Amino acid sequence: MIFGEVFGWLTTAANWTGDGGLLQRIVEHLRYTLIAVLGAALVAIPVGLAVGHTGRGGTVIVGLANAMRALPTLGVITLLSLQLGVLRIGPVLFGLGLLAVPPILAGAYAGVQAVERDVVDAAAGVGMTSWQRLWRVEVPIATPLLLGGLRGAVLQVVATTTVAAFVGLGGLGRPLIDGQRVTDYPRVAGAALVVAALAVLLDLLLAGLQRLVVPGGLRLATRTVQRAG
Amino acid sequence: MIDELIRYLGNWRNRETVLELLVVHARLALLPLLIGLLAALPLGWAAQRYRPLRAMLLGSANVLYTVPSLALFVILPGILGTQILDEINVVVALALYTAALLIRPVVEALDAVPGHVLAAATAMGYRPLRRFLTVELPLAVPVLAAGVRVASVSNISLVSVGALIGVGGLGQLFTQGFQASYNAPIIVGVALTLLLALVMDALLSLAKALLTPWQPRRARPTGPAQPTGPAESAEPAQPRPTGGEA
Amino acid sequence: MNKALIAKLTAAVTLVALAGCSGGNPLQSSTTGENSGEIVVGSADFNENVLLAEIYAAALHGAGAKVTKKLSVGTREVIVKGLQDKSLAVVPEYTGNLLAYLDKSATQTQPDEVYNALKSKVPTGLAVLDKAQAEDSDVLVVTEQTATQNDLATIDDLSRKCGGFVLGAAGEWKQRWEAKIKQLYGCTFKSIQTTDAGGPVTVEALKSGQVQVANLFTTASAIDANKFRKLEDTKRMYPAQNVVPLIRSDALNDAQKKALNDVSKALNTDLLTQLVARVEVDKENAADVAADFLRDAGIPS
Repeated sequence: MIFGEVFGWLTTAANWTGDGGLLQRIVEHLRYTLIAVLGAALVAIPVGLAVGHTGRGGTVIVGLANAMRALPTLGVITLLSLQLGVLRIGPVLFGLGLLAVPPILAGAYAGVQAVERDVVDAAAGVGMTSWQRLWRVEVPIATPLLLGGLRGAVLQVVATTTVAAFVGLGGLGRPLIDGQRVTDYPRVAGAALVVAALAVLLDLLLAGLQRLVVPGGLRLATRTVQRAG
Repeated sequence: MIDELIRYLGNWRNRETVLELLVVHARLALLPLLIGLLAALPLGWAAQRYRPLRAMLLGSANVLYTVPSLALFVILPGILGTQILDEINVVVALALYTAALLIRPVVEALDAVPGHVLAAATAMGYRPLRRFLTVELPLAVPVLAAGVRVASVSNISLVSVGALIGVGGLGQLFTQGFQASYNAPIIVGVALTLLLALVMDALLSLAKALLTPWQPRRARPTGPAQPTGPAESAEPAQPRPTGGEA
Repeated sequence: MNKALIAKLTAAVTLVALAGCSGGNPLQSSTTGENSGEIVVGSADFNENVLLAEIYAAALHGAGAKVTKKLSVGTREVIVKGLQDKSLAVVPEYTGNLLAYLDKSATQTQPDEVYNALKSKVPTGLAVLDKAQAEDSDVLVVTEQTATQNDLATIDDLSRKCGGFVLGAAGEWKQRWEAKIKQLYGCTFKSIQTTDAGGPVTVEALKSGQVQVANLFTTASAIDANKFRKLEDTKRMYPAQNVVPLIRSDALNDAQKKALNDVSKALNTDLLTQLVARVEVDKENAADVAADFLRDAGIPS
């Protein structure tokens, strides 16, 4: 019977349109997610590639990334909100960005590290400079793992962005938290389903991107293990 | 801010509250870890043996992981019939996440066990259960340990979200600190969460080292392994720490 | 085989011990309010309610009860459910809003009327004790600037401008008051933005101009601190809000009930506002403030 109620809530047009409707919340949610992940990628990919390529600082960087995984996002966001101003979007984006960095960093680092030494030596032997080796050889081979890291990051961030509503912002956390406060379970379950659906959709999109971007020969050779980075 | 912290921690009631919340937090994160692992073992074993089950279980595990934790905490009382403020809701939800996270490593670890080792065990007269417990499982430990470490950190972080439904844990320092516009409890909460995660990670690494005495003890970053010497060829191929669906 | 087995067993035992070492059976729910006469005091998630819960908890402790606190659990919906499924035994409530929650068609507004009506509407199994003189009401506030610019002193004045104003309030405000304010004052806001229950988000939203009207609580220190102007509720949309303990009838014995009634006797609005300010502004620990209050009132804790 609860499924009936949830289904009913999800199929009521009024819940989707208008101010505070699901469509608006989905757009806000996507906006927070994308900006956070892109911001994280801008930092994490260069660092991961650099560390993997030069082989230096690996322990430190990986250790740092692991420590970052342990940061509680709710704590980071509430603290920054109090410091930088409540209702500003910066704290939330920063907190979510911190969440996205470790998987992307790990993906980039592992991707470059996974390139076999023979291939790198061959490239050096052919006369490629360090830069060329990185961009023409290592990065293309690293792409599957790199994209894998991105997918993991997107997944985590989409689920965690719901926390933004606690500090007064929008996103799908709004119906989730507001519904929970008044024990409106159809609303809570409905919002949760939309979040899950969004995550699955984004993941499929990135999987499609992975197919397009990864060189054909590599696709056959790739065997990835852990999904959550 | 430092004097705020000193003042906050100088109050014995605050210290007592913080300690209580830390203990509850640890309990709420660790118990599901254990339960999830114990659940993932038979599920993973079944998934590895039967092809159709594998796709189904791995697929649902992936989808489960996309459901926001807060929603799961809130919906479970209705499904399980538990009290609305009961900690068990958090425990069950996190156990589900842990199991979902660990099924894949179990499957892949079991996949990675060399065929000739299995054959040798069978030839020696090992029944399936004994073979699983004494041959496949020990070989699966490195991969599982990596997964358990990830699940541990994830659980410790997710318990904080429980504060939004009034369940104890360091998350309460965040919500109550925010309500009172008070930085000190939040800072203490973040620091202790980090500490808890680090300690758990260290303990799990130790447990893994104890359980796999044939592996080298040197700590190394969780990147792909350097090739090991011939004497340790029984070790399964080191998994890559991240990746998508291939 | 043996060494490995021993190592495995040790690791397993260690993990189990860690999981269970924090006292007691980890699988036993810690919300058992019914076990061994333990009383669970709950609170909603705003500062004053937390303070009141601390006061009740200390008073009950002074009356010989074994008390556990579950603070900031959420809104009235969650709290009432908690009382009904025995997760909670005692919570601080407010006569007017509780009555409105239990009986949407209630029209009483004066303190005694509201209290008497409330007594008859409380669901079976629950009860309210004596009410305190102290009141903490919802109140609509605007910034000083908005008040002078638009000449606003009462909600009547506001209703002229509602259509152009955004209201900032907690998520539950909409379903509780949106229809009533339209009916009584003819006010329909341009939109309602969910902020929080009189916390930093609401205050910031009003200060920054994201919302032009905000719903706060009369004892909140933020009103004076930011020189907000309270709008007078001339038509008494918000009924009298006397602080009153809402309890599970079978949870307290007579001595414990008397302790809470003593608390209500000693609590007036001015005192409550001062106590709340100590928590909100001075950042004192609520239990400390509660202890001081009880000591000054001569109630054992």
